[in-house]
Amino acid sequence: MTEIASSQQTRATVAVKRGLAEMLKGGVIMDVVDAEQAKIAEDAGACAVMALERVPSDIRRDGGVARMSDPEMIEGIQAAVTIPVMAKARIGHFAEAQILQSLEVDYIDESEVLTPADERHHIDKWAFEVPFVCGATNLGEALRRISEGACMIRSKGEAGTGNIVEAVRHLRSILGDIAKITQADSAELFEWAKQLQAPLGLVQEIHDTGELPVPMFCAGGIATPADASLVMQLGAQAVFVGSGIFKSENPSLMAKAVVEATTNFADPSVLVKVSRGLGKSMAGLEIAGLEQTFADRGW
Amino acid sequence: MLALQGAFHAHQRMLAELGCATSLIRQPADLSGIDALILPGGESTTMSRMLVVSELYEPIGELIRNGLPTFGTCAGAILMASKILDGRADQHGFGVLDLEVRRNGYGRQIASMECEITLAASAFGSPLEAELPGSSTGVGGSGAGEVSRHGAPFHAVFIRAPRFERVGPTVEILAEFEDFPVLVRSGAKMAASFHPELATDTRVHQLFLAMIAKN
Repeated sequence: MTEIASSQQTRATVAVKRGLAEMLKGGVIMDVVDAEQAKIAEDAGACAVMALERVPSDIRRDGGVARMSDPEMIEGIQAAVTIPVMAKARIGHFAEAQILQSLEVDYIDESEVLTPADERHHIDKWAFEVPFVCGATNLGEALRRISEGACMIRSKGEAGTGNIVEAVRHLRSILGDIAKITQADSAELFEWAKQLQAPLGLVQEIHDTGELPVPMFCAGGIATPADASLVMQLGAQAVFVGSGIFKSENPSLMAKAVVEATTNFADPSVLVKVSRGLGKSMAGLEIAGLEQTFADRGW
Repeated sequence: MLALQGAFHAHQRMLAELGCATSLIRQPADLSGIDALILPGGESTTMSRMLVVSELYEPIGELIRNGLPTFGTCAGAILMASKILDGRADQHGFGVLDLEVRRNGYGRQIASMECEITLAASAFGSPLEAELPGSSTGVGGSGAGEVSRHGAPFHAVFIRAPRFERVGPTVEILAEFEDFPVLVRSGAKMAASFHPELATDTRVHQLFLAMIAKN
């Protein structure tokens, strides 16, 4: 793993990488495709932005191969805002990740929303100084990503659908299995590791601490303040909103409302206030009608 | 504990270890009956906007100006500073500490780091151990005397940290790293550019509890 030590300081440590994820808790990370959207996101109180070429619903609509964004676009966004800027690399595409690291993005999302570059291998994330977030649909996937060096896990959901049902399934699956492992006896942990296809050490760690070793956020299908509240109440520690903001009728208003709903996720009096008069949310899609599901990408 | 966004749970965990009860503040009503306030790390622009939206900006500012012991870490320190460099034009701070901070003054995430800092002996002007419940420093080991324990280096984690570029004459510097202050105190107010809540060493939080007790 890539720790950079000088006589006085050490960079790129696990504490430093997971530390930034700690700082993003309770916040909203918004997908943006240009500097103007990034400003709207920052103005609304986003705790970070995710720079990408097209929001997931457009990727879904247009088809074709979805890749890392143009460095010029990412630099434009970095110049426009003061909050952390994340960017997506294709699954297994370590060269894209190297380019993103060299741009000094604050987090790299090895994302199923882009077209995978490798059908067997994810990026060895320990080899990078910049931290990584990865999607997961279940606990086994989450732990495999953590063993590869991911410092933040997000549910995959089904990006670009505006339909929260998949994210809820993934959160419940991950948190449900964590709860069961906490109750398991030491002999059962070996079986859990086998079933999950995950390293035993991480399963034992979950048994002892009752939580993932890295922060767990929710992504994929959040389209309203109520969606943000739902996933936060289910146990997500922060939310990613992709198409839900900039595919809604009034992005600035929607962005502010989702930020307020995420902070006050358990307070219906705030939720009703921020949900009022937002205009149209993004048009949603039924999962059964999808030609391509992104959540299946990842191994 | 201000809980609009950020790493407030990490502070809560550490204070619970020290036997201190905490509550989360998201609405003005949550402010009643508090003895002290922690402004946690997170994104200062997010917190700043949510302070205004949640109508907490005025009442919290008044409480701090009236002497409520307050500890800000990283983004929390930015909120306390009298001057914010490289911030947003509309960023609201409380301006309660004579301190000039530069947001992300050490650079982006790739420059985030861990290092050893030394806490000034003056920080522990009072017999700390006697005043505090459940004190464990996490360093020093058995047999370490009080003085050497206080003098042991503190392992500090800096995340996209603000840099304290100027401190006022009434502000006491409790720790420095590479020529810049990283932990400062003035009266009942303390600010850190690093994250003591991410450490296992509880001394900085103990120091804040001692300040509350003295208050």
